[in-house]
Amino acid sequence: MTLDWRVIALTAELAGVTTAILIIGGTPLAWWLSRTHSRARPVIEAVVALPLVLPPTVLGFYLLILLSPSGAIGAFWESLGGPRLVFSFPGLVIGSVLYSLPFVIQPLHNAFRAVPDTLLDAAAALRAGPLDRFRSVVLPLARPGFLTAMTLGFAHTVGEFGVVLMIGGNIPGRTQVLSIALYNNVEALEYGRAHTLAGGLLAFSLAVLLVVYSLNRRFETPRL
Amino acid sequence: MALALAVAACGTDAGGRPRAVRVAVAGNFAAPLSELARQFTERSGIPIEASIGATGQLYAQIVNGAPFDVFLAADDVRPALLERDGWTASDSRVAYAVGRLVLFVPGRASLASVDAELRGGGIRALALANPHTAPYGAAAQQVLERLGLWDSLRAVVIRGESVSQTFQFVASGAADAGLVALSQMTGRDSREYRVISDTLHRPLRQEAALLRQGSEHPGARAFLTFLGGEQARRMIAGFGYDTP
Repeated sequence: MTLDWRVIALTAELAGVTTAILIIGGTPLAWWLSRTHSRARPVIEAVVALPLVLPPTVLGFYLLILLSPSGAIGAFWESLGGPRLVFSFPGLVIGSVLYSLPFVIQPLHNAFRAVPDTLLDAAAALRAGPLDRFRSVVLPLARPGFLTAMTLGFAHTVGEFGVVLMIGGNIPGRTQVLSIALYNNVEALEYGRAHTLAGGLLAFSLAVLLVVYSLNRRFETPRL
Repeated sequence: MALALAVAACGTDAGGRPRAVRVAVAGNFAAPLSELARQFTERSGIPIEASIGATGQLYAQIVNGAPFDVFLAADDVRPALLERDGWTASDSRVAYAVGRLVLFVPGRASLASVDAELRGGGIRALALANPHTAPYGAAAQQVLERLGLWDSLRAVVIRGESVSQTFQFVASGAADAGLVALSQMTGRDSREYRVISDTLHRPLRQEAALLRQGSEHPGARAFLTFLGGEQARRMIAGFGYDTP
């Protein structure tokens, strides 16, 4: 229950892995959303935004039931020989990816939408392939979007509580992240330690947002 | 020493040290557990890992495969359900503490009787835990009903999700009075609270159970034995609980 580096390392690892998965998987999804005329788009957008409005405990509860060894997904997964998903690090990653999904997808989606089609057409006329166009036209223009997506995804994962408490089980060294260590301190009436953690999280969140907004302002200045 | 030898036989990790006993504990017993765990580990060499939560939430996690060895619940309902459904080692269910309710009014030089304070009309916000989810909340509602005050005080009642949140409502000044646990009064001036007679509500029996998971772990059984022993009972009483 003490503030130890295990907790901080675990939190950073969870947020790092979650952000990496979201950027890698979220980039194609956000790109598709920004260019498609499919009628499925509003449905996908709504599903992506769901974690914004859903109480985390609801998400956590359904994940617990679905991923548990007797649940639909958990049973199938374990029959394939996969490791236990609930009360383990992989389970936390699944929960965090879903929970932080909109915080990564939406900045990317907005950044991609702002890339003019005319630039892509010009690049195509110069015989740049799709991947090359993405690398040399879209990525540089969308850089502020990527920065926002990464920092928000990371910070939001650090701050999550309901989902990780429900499917993680508050197990020291395995699923006990910062926000849960804080909850433990409050429950155990250790308010001094709770203040240290809460103050630390507040300072961290503020610092992250300050970095995002100052960097974004720098990117906004015309660079042509 | 005998305890340590009994444990040495199995339940060790790769380095030969005993694996920690994982205890799922209801929020109200988190502070006593950390003290009990310290003493148990000193005596036996077996570490305790506490996972704190609400009793209902811990129950949901146990039936979904959570790797806990011992469950220290805030009531006797959830352990009985777990036993019925085969999640516990047989005959391992035992009461370890009986909670007591207090009327807590911080910042006052002296308090009248519980009855007079509640009837006085001076309370603008009375905090109690949610009676549907928290055992201390259900007991608080029974007290108010027994005193015939439930209807008249209903308008000023605010509900915390757990007894710890309820305590925070009062300690922070957001509510001027609260029905909370005696175990939360550690370090408080005894003039700030009044213990409520336990004849006014059903007993707050808190039960422990050895979970199926932990039945293989000798340390888990040893911890439950320790919990029922004289030294542990004295300490539990010191934290503001009756002992069964």
